[in-house]
Formats: sequence, structure tokens, C-alpha cells
Amino acid sequence: MSTTQAVKGLDETPVAQRSHRSTGFLREWLTTADHKKIGLMYITYALVFLVIAGFEAILMRIQLWVPNNHFVSPQVFNRLFTMHGTTMVFFVGMPILFGWGNYLVPLMIGARDMAFPRLNAFSFWISAFAGVLLYFSYIGGSGLYAAGSAPDVGWFAYAPLTARVFSPGHSTDYWTLALLLSGVGSIGTALNIVTTILCMRCPGMKLSRMPLLAWLYLVMNGLVFVTVSPLTAAQIMLTLDRYLGSHFFDTQAGGSAVLWMHFFWIFGHPEVYVLVLPAFAFVNEIVPVFSRKAIFGYPAMVAASVGIGFISLSVWAHHMFTVGLGPAGNTFFVFATMVISVPTGIKIFNWLATIWGGRVIFATPMIFCVGFLFQFLVAGLTGIMLAAAPFDWQLGNSYFVVAHFHYVLVGAILFALFAAFYYWYPKITGRMMSETLGKWHFILFLVGFHLTFDFMHIPGLLGMPRRIYTYEAGRGWEGWNIIVGIGAFFQAAGTLVFVYNMLRSYKTGKAAGPDPWDAWTLEWSTTSPPPEYNFAVTPTVHSRRPLWDLKHPEDLDSDYE
Amino acid sequence: MSFFPKQQDLKHGNGARGVGQTPAALICLGMICAGAARAQSPTNIFDPAATPARSIFVLSMLVLAVTLGIFLVVGGLLAYALVRFRHRPQDEAREPAQIYGSNQIELSWTVIPILIVVMLFLSTTRVILGTEAIAKPAGALDVIVIGHQFWWEYRYPKYGIVTANELHVPVSDANHATYLTMSSADVAHSFWVPRLAGKMDLIPNRINTMWIDPEQAGLYLGQCAQYCGTQHAKMLLRVYAQSPADFDAWAAQQKLPARNDFFAGSAAAEGEKVFMQNACINCHAIAGTVATGRFGPDLTHLASRDTIAAGAIENTPENLRKWIDDPNSMKPGSLMPSMHLSGKELDNITAYLTQLQ
Repeated sequence: MSTTQAVKGLDETPVAQRSHRSTGFLREWLTTADHKKIGLMYITYALVFLVIAGFEAILMRIQLWVPNNHFVSPQVFNRLFTMHGTTMVFFVGMPILFGWGNYLVPLMIGARDMAFPRLNAFSFWISAFAGVLLYFSYIGGSGLYAAGSAPDVGWFAYAPLTARVFSPGHSTDYWTLALLLSGVGSIGTALNIVTTILCMRCPGMKLSRMPLLAWLYLVMNGLVFVTVSPLTAAQIMLTLDRYLGSHFFDTQAGGSAVLWMHFFWIFGHPEVYVLVLPAFAFVNEIVPVFSRKAIFGYPAMVAASVGIGFISLSVWAHHMFTVGLGPAGNTFFVFATMVISVPTGIKIFNWLATIWGGRVIFATPMIFCVGFLFQFLVAGLTGIMLAAAPFDWQLGNSYFVVAHFHYVLVGAILFALFAAFYYWYPKITGRMMSETLGKWHFILFLVGFHLTFDFMHIPGLLGMPRRIYTYEAGRGWEGWNIIVGIGAFFQAAGTLVFVYNMLRSYKTGKAAGPDPWDAWTLEWSTTSPPPEYNFAVTPTVHSRRPLWDLKHPEDLDSDYE
Repeated sequence: MSFFPKQQDLKHGNGARGVGQTPAALICLGMICAGAARAQSPTNIFDPAATPARSIFVLSMLVLAVTLGIFLVVGGLLAYALVRFRHRPQDEAREPAQIYGSNQIELSWTVIPILIVVMLFLSTTRVILGTEAIAKPAGALDVIVIGHQFWWEYRYPKYGIVTANELHVPVSDANHATYLTMSSADVAHSFWVPRLAGKMDLIPNRINTMWIDPEQAGLYLGQCAQYCGTQHAKMLLRVYAQSPADFDAWAAQQKLPARNDFFAGSAAAEGEKVFMQNACINCHAIAGTVATGRFGPDLTHLASRDTIAAGAIENTPENLRKWIDDPNSMKPGSLMPSMHLSGKELDNITAYLTQLQ
């Protein structure tokens, strides 16, 4: 059988991988075009920004601990939430997911590298530069930190607050240019990943045999194409407004504030799916392995993913229910938004059916996936509440919304990311992460997450708007904000355990071997860490789970497809 | 194939742990609902006091019931599956039966959610139409609301009243509701008084409308709900719902020009001079005087208001004096500058403004 032979051939590769190279460490990483190294740089870079933006969140929670607090000034608070949101979306979420895509997609489809390795390096470095540029505004925008210069227009930077008359100085320009550059990097990587998936699959891997992770990255990056472009265009228009006297968003000269909202949210809503589809991807790979069953309903999962991709392009104005679109506009976007819960529901049901009848092993990657499943369910249900436009007239721009989207971003995406770290760390480093520390991480983070984001719904229901640096006493919001703040510290502690676990396991972790989880996709057929060329012999596959076929020649997957 | 570890190597993990979440999640959700329902808050969305807020409340109860039902069914099944199908030490080494899918099952969990979606969509549409798509009744009271960084301007065209920050409306039924016509003088704002209605944005170059019909007299609180700059947090809303008789009395009083019958040489008379001779008049209007500025709030009847600085500060002579002396010390980012007045001038101008009943 050709698969067996191909994979057996890989056994003999580790020695070659260790062949010594003459280039220095720094030069090797700065000049690399290897998809694995670039992936790891993306991930490391995102983790650094995760810690920075997490710290900003903690400062905000301290300020909101009690009413009329004076821990930070209103100006500083407004910069904190702007930088927290911008950083988390553009310099944590996007790069960390691109990083995993870079690392995993070629390995899982049996490719040697990405389709355009140098474009890959370019995209990473330009995105990295964008993040540095954004943070340079703190010191370089218009003098020293105390002079105040980081952007303070909010992460969706509604016009006309961004006009020069309302935002003088250069802080808004740093924001605009940083997003413009990060957009260029994102589009480059999206182009690369789409091309890789469409053109670089190993022999036998039809589209219908791709791992679901590759499918989801295909949809995600297709969306990046369509959605980052309007944002990038809008940044150029805004810069023209600010410096060359155009009037796209300049309401004082007849421009339209609502136009910016459309531009931003035609990017901004699909962006949520850009971030959550890879989270689905990780769960699609991890849940079957730890339930010891094939994914249930593979074609339905693919259809649901593609469906989500398309429908997500027609829901953006649900962020604008309070703009006064009128009844016709509102009802259309209510329907489109509610319909997206159908394919999303299909996904949850298929994960449930995958677990059903399996033999669930609660190793650390799996318990994070369990957290994901419940929290994503809740996030979806609060999403339905927000989709009902009149309910949104109350909940929109309140802390309820903040709680809702953090349920998606943290409860679903970050939990799935943690699962991915525990699951693929052995592949990347050749060593297992500590299960004990992993469970401590899980418990601390789970407690912190629920303290913060469950209880954050309540002040929203009681009328607390978002983006306020302080609030009045006597509105019934006091105690809840303290609970929310305490949770933030639990999450920080959990994250520290996670970072410590990664660093420690790199030196002392148990040797992993090529396939520590007894998994079924191609990346587990090569060594850990994989050699630069990934596979000594290009693998040939006959089913969706090539390593299952290899391990169970009496019960081939290919017989059932 | 020696490099594939035996399956037993994987069995570190303990079945009960991941599953402990379900009750935790349920308890949390229950606490959220219970907490919100019982909370004493002047801005509770579940304590409606006007038709628009009430129709949202009814819809929200339906949506909450449906989503809670879905959560219990799906979350329950998930928890059951995780416990029931956990790995047990006595399990045989063989893999469980591999099941690849079932079209019938896929179809059922596609169709049932679609039916739920259609039901929710129709209920939602009814509330949208009932709030947004009904004609303005003849007996309605018109108020123009203009958002400013960081305060609210209210104009009553029928009465010729211009006031700021404290909106007075009559208690009414839907046929005599107050219609708010909204726009902004600078950046986007949002009008949100949760007990009366959902929020509506105030956007420059755009006219939005909403209506409220408070059922009971009282003070309804809220605040700006669209980030509008440094002092977004202190752009508070106060809506005074009054009986029609009280409202008419208030309106009659607000229609009068400002007092100017001060004794020559009195503190108030001196204060009026200070006001009229400084840049105050560039931004503030006082009806019947040379002050006609429109950048800041109209001060014609400032002393009739309970608060200053868009609801952020109680309107007492001490606070008012401190505010005029240096607004940014009380509300950093406020666009009102300090005029660097002397202590005597501050005393006088405070005496004058506190007389503007």
C-alpha cells in the first residue's frame, strides 16, 4: 500500500534534520522563509501582544473597581480600551491564527512549504512592523508618554471622531497606518494560505479528503480577502480626509459618518468569523482524537463552514441597529443574523455526535475543548438575543455586548487556542507539556473567565454602557464590577501558569515521539519537530484519516467515504 | 510501526473534571437572570416604564425563554455525552465503533433550528414594526435633541423653549407621546434611557427619530451610549416625566426670558456684567440678553435645573462656582475653558447664575 510505504519512509528522516547549519541563530530566524519558523514567529509575536493587551485590560478593571475612581485619567482610559481592542484583534487574534495556519496547513496537507515562502516572510514582517508602529505612538506620537499620544478613538474609530478637528495630533494616524500595514500583511498571508490549500495538496488528497482544519482555513482566508480590503480602503479614505481635504467621512463638509460604519462593519463582522473559524478548526481536529472517533458528518461540517463564510458577509449591519436604518433594513439584518445560527448549530450538534458513542479522554487539550463547547454555546445564545433588533436597542453598546463578544473571543477562541497549544506543542518541540500544570491553567482560567464574563452581562442589563472610564454610584453596578475585576486576576494567573508550562516543558518535558496522541492526520506521521522539508517522501493518501488507515489496515476509512 | 505509542499511554486524564463545568455554567446563568431581575437599578432594562421599553421587555422574555430552553437541551446532551462516554479504565483496548454521519440526523438538526429562527424572526419583526413603523399621532409633543461633546441640547419648537441636559416630558399614552427628532452638532452620540426605550444614535448630517410615552411621573436616568470622546462617561441623561399640568407649568416658566431685575450694585447685577463682558457669551445663550452663543448649553433658566455639567454635578452655588473657576478640574476633557476670573468675579457670576430661575 503506497500510504504505508510513504509514511514508513519518513522514519529515517530525523538524522538529516539535525545536519548542522552554518548560519547564526539570529540570521536564521530573521531570514527564514520556512513556514514552520514563520508560524512560530507569528505565534510568539502574538503571545507578547496578548500579555501587553491583557495588562491593559487589568488596568481598566482596576479603574472600574468602584464608581468615580481616579486610578487613571479619562484620557488614559480611552487610550487603554482603544489599544486593548485594536491589539487583541489585529496583533493577537489574527497573527496567532495565521501562525497556526502557517505551521499546520502545509503539514496537514502533506506539502513541503507554503506556496509563496517569501511572500510569507514579507507578510509576517510587515504585520510585525505594524504592531510596533502602533505601540510606538505611546512614546513617539507627539512627545513623551505624559503628553498623551496613543490612539483614543476606540477600536472601531467611528467617524467623525477621527477627523482632525476632533482628534488633533498624530495618534489617530498611527492607528490608521498600523491597520493599513497589518491589512497588507493579512491579505498576503490569506493569498498564500488559499493558494497553498488549493494547489499544494499531496497526491490523493482531494478537497473532500482534506482535514477539516484545512477547509476552515480555506474559508477563513477567503473571508480575509473579501473583508480586509474594505477596511484597508477605508483607512486610505480616512487618511485622505485627514490630510488631503477629502470629505468621505467629514460630516462638517457633507461627508457621511454612516459610510464609515458600513466600511468598518463589512470588515468587522466577518472578522469575527475570521477569528472563530480557526477555533472551530482546532476543535474539529482535537475532539475526534480524544473521543477516539471519526468526526461525525464531515460533509455537513464542510457545508456549514462554507455557509457561515457566505452568510457572515451579509450580517454586518446588525452592529448598526441603533443607527436608524429603518424597519426594512433592520428586519433584513435580523433575518440574516439569525440564519447564521443554523450552520453554527450544525457544528455544535456534529461535535456532540462525535463525542456520542466515543471514549472520551480528558487530557488537557480535550478539557479546553469541552470549555469551548459550552462557552461557545452560551455565546451563540446571547448572540441570538442581540440579533433580535429591539432587544439590541437595549443591549447594544452596553456591557452585555462586551460580555457577549468576550464569550466568543475568550470563552471560545482563546480556549480553543489553548487546546491547540497543548495538542501541537509536542509536534513543535518534541516534548509534552505538563499535564498537571495544564490542569491548573485550565482551572484558574476557567474560574477567572466565568467570574469576569458571566457577571459582566449583568451591569449591561442594568444599563451600563461600554467605554466609560467611570460610572455613577447608585445604579446597581457597583458589586458586579468588583467580581468582574477579580476574575481578571484569575485569568492573568492562569496565563502565567501557561507561559511557565511552555517554557519549562521546552527543557524538561517528556519526550513526545512523532505521534503522542495516537492521532490520524498527516502532521503526526513525521518527526517532532518536523524536519525543514516536512516529509522525506511526499505522502499519498486514500482517505481523510491516513494514519487511521495505517494503524487499522483491517478497517480502512477509505471504505466508508 | 514502533513509533506509534500504545493507546494506553494516552489515558492520563480523569473523566469527571471536564464535566464539572455544566452545573457551574447553569448556576452562573441562573444567577445572571436572578441577579438582573432583582437588582435595584434606576436603569434596569427589565423594569420598563413606557411602551417602547415594554414591548422590548416582552420580546426579551420570549427570546430568553427560547435560548434558555436550547441551552438546557443542548448543554444537557453535551454533559450527558461527556459523562456517559468517558473513557473508563476497564474499557477494552479496541477503538469504539467509527460512525461517519447520518443524513437524516443532519437534516433534523438543520430543520428544527430553522423553524425556531423563523418563529423568533417573526416575533422580532412585529416589535420592530410596532416601534419604528407607526405614524406620528396628531397629539404628539415634538422635541429636538442635539448631541454635543459632552452635553445634550433640547428644543421644544411648539413652545419656543431651548434648554439643556434635563429633558422634561409629560406623562402620556402612545397617542400623546413625546417625539424626539435627533441629530448631532459634532460626533456620534446615542440617547439611551433604558426604562423608557431602547437607544437611538445621534449622528451628524442625519436625522433620527424615536418616541417615548412615560407611564408614571418620575425621574428616568440614562447616559450617552456611543463613545464620543474624553468625557463620554459623564454625558448623563435625565428625563423628568411630569403630569401634564406640571409639565405645562414648567413650560410656561421656561418660555420667559431671563431675569434682569437685579438691584444695581448687587452681586447678581455685577455678575451679569462679568458674564456679558467676558467670552461666556460666545458659547452660551441667555434669552433677553446679548448672550446668544450656541456652542454651550443655554443658561436662561440654569437655576431651575438640578444638575450642571450634563448631569455630572449637583447644581449648588459652591459647585457652580468651582465649575466656572476650572471646569476641567471637575470634568477633565470638558470643552469649557477656565476664564481665569478673580475670586470676586466668581462670587458675582455665581450669584447671577443662581438667580436665573
